Amino acid sequence: MITTTGLTKRFGPLLAVDGVDLDVREGDVYGFLGANGSGKTTTVRMLLGLVLATKGEIELLGEPMPRSARWVLPHVGALVEGPGAYGHLSGRSNLALLDAAGPGGDRASRRRRIDTALEQVGLANVGRRPVRAYSLGMHQRLGLAAALLRTPRLLVLDEPTNGLDPQGIREIRELLAELNRQGSTVFLSSHLLAEVEQLCTRVGVLDRGRLVIQEQLSVLQQPTGRTMVRTPDVERARALLDGRSIVRDDHLLVTGTDASALNAELVSGGVRVVELGPERRTLEDVVLAATEADSMSPRSASARGGSA
Amino acid sequence: MIAVELRKLVRRPRTWVTIGLLTALPTLVAVLLALTDLGPRPGTGPAFLSAVLSDGTLFPLAALGIVLPLFLPIAVAIVAGESVAGEAQGGTLRYLLVRPVGRTRLLVAKLISVIAFVVIAVLVVAGTAYFTGTLLLGDAGADPISVSGTTLSPAEMAQRTALAIGYVMLSMLGVASVALFFSTMTDIPLTAAFGALALLIASTLLLTLDAADALAPYLPTRYWLAFVDLFRDPILWRDVLRGVLQQGIYVAVFLGAAWANFATKDVTS
Repeated sequence: MITTTGLTKRFGPLLAVDGVDLDVREGDVYGFLGANGSGKTTTVRMLLGLVLATKGEIELLGEPMPRSARWVLPHVGALVEGPGAYGHLSGRSNLALLDAAGPGGDRASRRRRIDTALEQVGLANVGRRPVRAYSLGMHQRLGLAAALLRTPRLLVLDEPTNGLDPQGIREIRELLAELNRQGSTVFLSSHLLAEVEQLCTRVGVLDRGRLVIQEQLSVLQQPTGRTMVRTPDVERARALLDGRSIVRDDHLLVTGTDASALNAELVSGGVRVVELGPERRTLEDVVLAATEADSMSPRSASARGGSA
Repeated sequence: MIAVELRKLVRRPRTWVTIGLLTALPTLVAVLLALTDLGPRPGTGPAFLSAVLSDGTLFPLAALGIVLPLFLPIAVAIVAGESVAGEAQGGTLRYLLVRPVGRTRLLVAKLISVIAFVVIAVLVVAGTAYFTGTLLLGDAGADPISVSGTTLSPAEMAQRTALAIGYVMLSMLGVASVALFFSTMTDIPLTAAFGALALLIASTLLLTLDAADALAPYLPTRYWLAFVDLFRDPILWRDVLRGVLQQGIYVAVFLGAAWANFATKDVTS
């Protein structure tokens, strides 16, 4: 659905995006992670033809961008850096104007599509109130409704849960999962690891303009081959395991994946076990490891000076 | 997209407030003239203002003469300056572009919406002035008198008034093009409007300066008031035609620059 090769953007001396090869497949919920200023938004803007790439190719839905924008973009719903709407008009009027502004928005079905989109994002009962009087969360929901208006095949969402309360975040997460089940591919750009971890099937991590990870989330979170043990009898356990364990924070990490055998060994040795299970790396561990490794390589040390 | 832009223009309260304010000044002038009967002496003050005391039907021309030097250009510069920069500032430009609306198409739609504003504003000012003029200052009954002193038939008068209104619209289109160009350069609407106004103020200032005589034919405000020449007998075409040519060039150059800039610009708003 999204393929980029060597995508690069330079703003004057500043290398904002550096040779990014994105590969988002049909049906993915793709989490595009990166710190603020890592080049996420610039990449999203290039995908949508707002910012023109310095170098590299972009394909959206199999068509080259921005050349085929006119045919591709009607099938793409986008939320880029917060919503935008005319404050003096109602949410409904805003959606109607935007839908009428471009191709692919059938006029006869417009009313129904607007109703559906407003309902999906939980704004069905907002009435004729001007957008100016909306709360931050309602603004965000209206922006999402605009992205959903033509049941897009691809959703490109930049920080979609910005300004929402926990309840709202949950609703949007469920909505995106539902849309994905119905066949939309979702490209979600975020700096919130937890959000991506809960929703996404595939993850790309951008660090100072370079894509340092691109992998299935399940692969990243595979067991590490060690078993985590929590016990009040740390010293006794370490003596018993004889060099097979290391202490990490408040628990032990033991080489080996056979948890039941380990449990039997510990208990028969008189060690009280509170908790025991395979060690999995969190997405946070993976991302931190990748970005730290990258910052230590000589190549990025030179690039870092030029990227914000 | 064009229909959408026109809908936005019409549904925007600001459009009508601006036009209302534009008509307020000539209306005030008409009221004052009617109450005091004190017109400027012939040859002084805004064009046609001394003539309207005897013939209220001339007041539309006087009204255009009143708003043309300052108020109309300000209104046009604000509307045109807002057109692209306002969308950028409000965060709606990126959503229009990914809708997708082609950049050239967007610019054309904006231009047409600004032209519509100019046409509506000039027609409302002239129409209201005709109404207040005949109501407050009276219809002389006789054929109107040209600036040169001869009489003009009502048909001639209507024709020349239409030409004058068209000429004023073209002059304002020049202002609109400049403001539209600045509007593609910045994300702040007022910067674009003030940029265009700064050019007009500089032009007006230089016109009063003898040392700048060599520049005069190229200054955008040089021929604005040439529409008065349409009411001479016979019509004095020279400045009118130069004005048309000059505004045409301003429009072409600045619209071209606006397009060249906007079509290849990184939209980061």
